[in-house]
Amino acid sequence: MGLLKTFVLGGIHPPENKLSAGQPVRTLKVPDQVVVPMGQNLGAPSKPVVKRGDKVKTGQLIAEAGGFISARIHSPVSGTVFKIDQVMDMSGYRRTAVIIKVDGDEWMEDIDRSDTLVTEINFSPEEIIEKVKDAGIVGMGGATFPTHVKLMPPPGKSADYLLINGVECEPYLTADHQLMLEKGAEIIVGTRLLMKALKVKKAVIGIENNKPDAIRQMTELAAKEEGITVQPLKVKYPQGGEKQLIKAVTGREVPSGKLPVEVGCVVQNVGTTFAVYEAVMKNKPLIERVVTVTGKALSNPSNLKVRIGTPIKFLVEEAGGLPEDTGKVIGGGPMMGKALATLDVPVVKGTSGVLLMREAESHRLPESPCIRCSKCTQVCPMGLEPFLLSRLSRMGRFEDAEKEKVMDCIECGSCQYTCPAHIPLLDYLRLGKNKVGALIRARSKK
Amino acid sequence: MNHIVIISVVVLGILGLVSAVILYFVASKFKVYEDPKIDEVEAALPSANCGGCGYPGCRAFAENATKSASKNHSLEGFFCPVGGNEVMQKVAGILGLEIEEKDPMIAVVRCNGSYAHSPGKVKFEGVTSCAFAHALYAGEGGCQYGCLGLGDCVAACEFDAIHMNPETGLPVVSDKCTACGACVIACPRDIIELRKKGPKDKRIFVSCVNKEKGAIAIKNCDVACIGCGKCEKVCEFDAITITSFLSYIDFDKCRLCRKCVEVCPTNSIWEVNFKPRKPKVIKEPEKKETAKKPEAAKKPVEKTSVAEKSVNTKKSEK
Repeated sequence: MGLLKTFVLGGIHPPENKLSAGQPVRTLKVPDQVVVPMGQNLGAPSKPVVKRGDKVKTGQLIAEAGGFISARIHSPVSGTVFKIDQVMDMSGYRRTAVIIKVDGDEWMEDIDRSDTLVTEINFSPEEIIEKVKDAGIVGMGGATFPTHVKLMPPPGKSADYLLINGVECEPYLTADHQLMLEKGAEIIVGTRLLMKALKVKKAVIGIENNKPDAIRQMTELAAKEEGITVQPLKVKYPQGGEKQLIKAVTGREVPSGKLPVEVGCVVQNVGTTFAVYEAVMKNKPLIERVVTVTGKALSNPSNLKVRIGTPIKFLVEEAGGLPEDTGKVIGGGPMMGKALATLDVPVVKGTSGVLLMREAESHRLPESPCIRCSKCTQVCPMGLEPFLLSRLSRMGRFEDAEKEKVMDCIECGSCQYTCPAHIPLLDYLRLGKNKVGALIRARSKK
Repeated sequence: MNHIVIISVVVLGILGLVSAVILYFVASKFKVYEDPKIDEVEAALPSANCGGCGYPGCRAFAENATKSASKNHSLEGFFCPVGGNEVMQKVAGILGLEIEEKDPMIAVVRCNGSYAHSPGKVKFEGVTSCAFAHALYAGEGGCQYGCLGLGDCVAACEFDAIHMNPETGLPVVSDKCTACGACVIACPRDIIELRKKGPKDKRIFVSCVNKEKGAIAIKNCDVACIGCGKCEKVCEFDAITITSFLSYIDFDKCRLCRKCVEVCPTNSIWEVNFKPRKPKVIKEPEKKETAKKPEAAKKPVEKTSVAEKSVNTKKSEK
C-alpha cells in the first residue's frame, strides 16, 4: 500500500479520544415527553401542521417544509401534542417547537419496522428523491443541509461522483463508525439508491485509517457491488469537510464560493445514507439517529440510538450520569460543536454527539499577542489567513474581510486549536462571517 | 563667475514671472467659489466629528447646512446633537435663519437585568464583543433580549459618557452624553434608545425590551416587563402602548405624572431625577401594592448612574 490519500492544504491531528469506539449502538427508551424544534435544518424553519391536542402516531408528519431549502419533520413518538411553544435551543434563544406527550407506541401503518435487509431497488430516480424529501432527511454530519436539495443539481450541472462520508474526523465521536460496523449492508443499499437518484456510476466511501474494522467490512460489502469502492484516508482533521473530502478522494478543488456539484461531486454522510435507505426501502421518516455520548469523566461513554426530541439529559443519564466536575457540555464534537446553555435541549437531526468536558479541560487560556508564527495560516484547510481575517473583523473592516474571502471559512477551528498565543481566531472569524453575510444579503436586496 | 550668478538670477526670475502669469489665469479660470459662511459654521460647531448629525464630520455638516440654507432657506433635518440648541442657534444666526429649539435628548439604557435581577445560568467564555455574543447565545441570564454586558456601547462612545458598572454588569449613561447615537447603532439588541432629556432631566421610561410572554420573561429576570397592561390603563395621556407583551412610553406624549410607575408590578418602569414622593394616605384597595412596593423598589439601587442612583435611593426610602 502506497501513501494514503488526504487533502493537501493545512489540517491538524488533535488527540482522537475515541472513548466510545466499539460500543454497540444501544436503543434509548422513549422519554415521557419530546420537544421537536421546528428549525432543525439549514435554511427556512419548518411550519407545524398539527394543533394542540392532536393525536399523533410515530412517523406522522407534524411540520411541512418552510421553503425550498427546508425539510419536513415527523413525529418521533406517538401521543398527544401538548403544546406548540417557544422553547430554548442550544444557544439559549427560544424558537418554535412542538411538544408531544408520549402515550403508547403506535406507528404509522406503512412503516416497515422489521430488520430485514431489502436490496431490490424498484424506484425511479424521481421517486427516490420524492421519498427522501417526504422523509425530511437532512445532512446528518451536523450541517443539516436538506438532502433532497443536494440530490437535485441545478440545471446545466451534473454529478459524476458520489462520495460517502465515513471519515468522522472529529475527535471523540464514534456514531458513524459504529453505524458502518452494524449497518454496513444497509449503507451500501443506501449508496446504491443515492447513485441511482443522482444518475452517477461511481461512488467512493471515504473512511479514515483509524477505523480499520470499518474499512475492512465496508470493502468486503462494496466488492459485491459495481461502482462502489472504499477509500482509506490518512487521519487528518477536518477531512470530513465536504471540500476537503472531495480534494482527498478525487483531487478536485471546489472553487471559492461554489457548491461541490460544480466539480461533479455530491457528498453524503454515512448517517444520511442509512436514513435514505430507511426512508426509501422501509418508508421510515427521519425520527431517530445515533448519537455519541462521551467524555473523559463519563463512566459509560456510549453510542445511543435516540428519538429526535429526547432531552440531552436523558442521554447523559443513560451514559452514566453527569459527572460532578463537569465544566461544559458540548453539542457535537470538540472542534465544531457548541456549548449547550441547558441540558433540557432536545436531540435534533444534526446532533452527532454530546461531549462532557471536565472543569479543568473546559476553560480557555488567556490571550496573548500574536507572535507571527504563521501556524494558523499553515493549518487552514481553506488556504486563508486566519489572523488577518480575525484582525480585520476585530477592527470592523468587514468589506476588507470579504475581499480576503472570509466567507470561505468552514469554521473548523484548526487555527484556534493550533494558535500558541491562544487568540480567539475562530470567534472573530465567525463574527466576520456573520457581518459579511449580512452585508451580502443587504446588497442582494438592493 | 559673475556671469553665472547674473544668468541664473535672470533665468529663474523670468521662469517665476511666466509661471506666476500662468497660475494667475488658471486660478481665475478654475476658481471654485466657496461660501465663506461654511468656514464660519464649521468654526461654530464642536469639532467632535462624531457623525451624530448623519454627516461624515463637522465640515460636511457645515457644507450641507450652508447649501440648504441658501437653497431652501431652512435648516430642517440639520441638528448637531453634540452642540445642542446653543450651537444650532449660532449656526442659524450665521446663516441668517431662525430655528425652533429642539428638546435635548439623551441615551437611555432600557435593560435592568443586573446580576441580581437576572442571575447567570451559563458562563460565557469568548471574545468581549456583544455583536459576537449576540450571534452565539442568548445571554448569561437567559434573557434573549437583555443586555449582554460586554461593552460594545462603551467602545463606540466618543465622549466617555457610557461605562459598564461592574456590580450590575450593565452600562450606565452619564451627563456627558451628547445623544450622538453611536451606542444605539453599536448595540446589537437595540436596548439603547435616544429619549427626551425632559424638564430638569426628569424622565420616565420602561427599562426593558423583552418581547416574550410575561411568564417566560419573569423567569429569567425579575424586573422584566410582562406586558400586563396596567400602565396602559392608568395612563391618561395615551402615551403608553403595549406591543407583543412589551410596554413602551412615547416620550412626546408623556407628561411625567408617574402613575404608571406606581402601578407597575415588576418595577420595570423607571422614574429618573424626581423628588421623593410624599407619603400617601393609604387607601384600602391599594394596600396590597404599597406593601409590596418597597421590597421591589430596593433592588434597582445597585444601578449607579449619578443621576439615576439618587432617584432610586429616594424611591426606596419611601
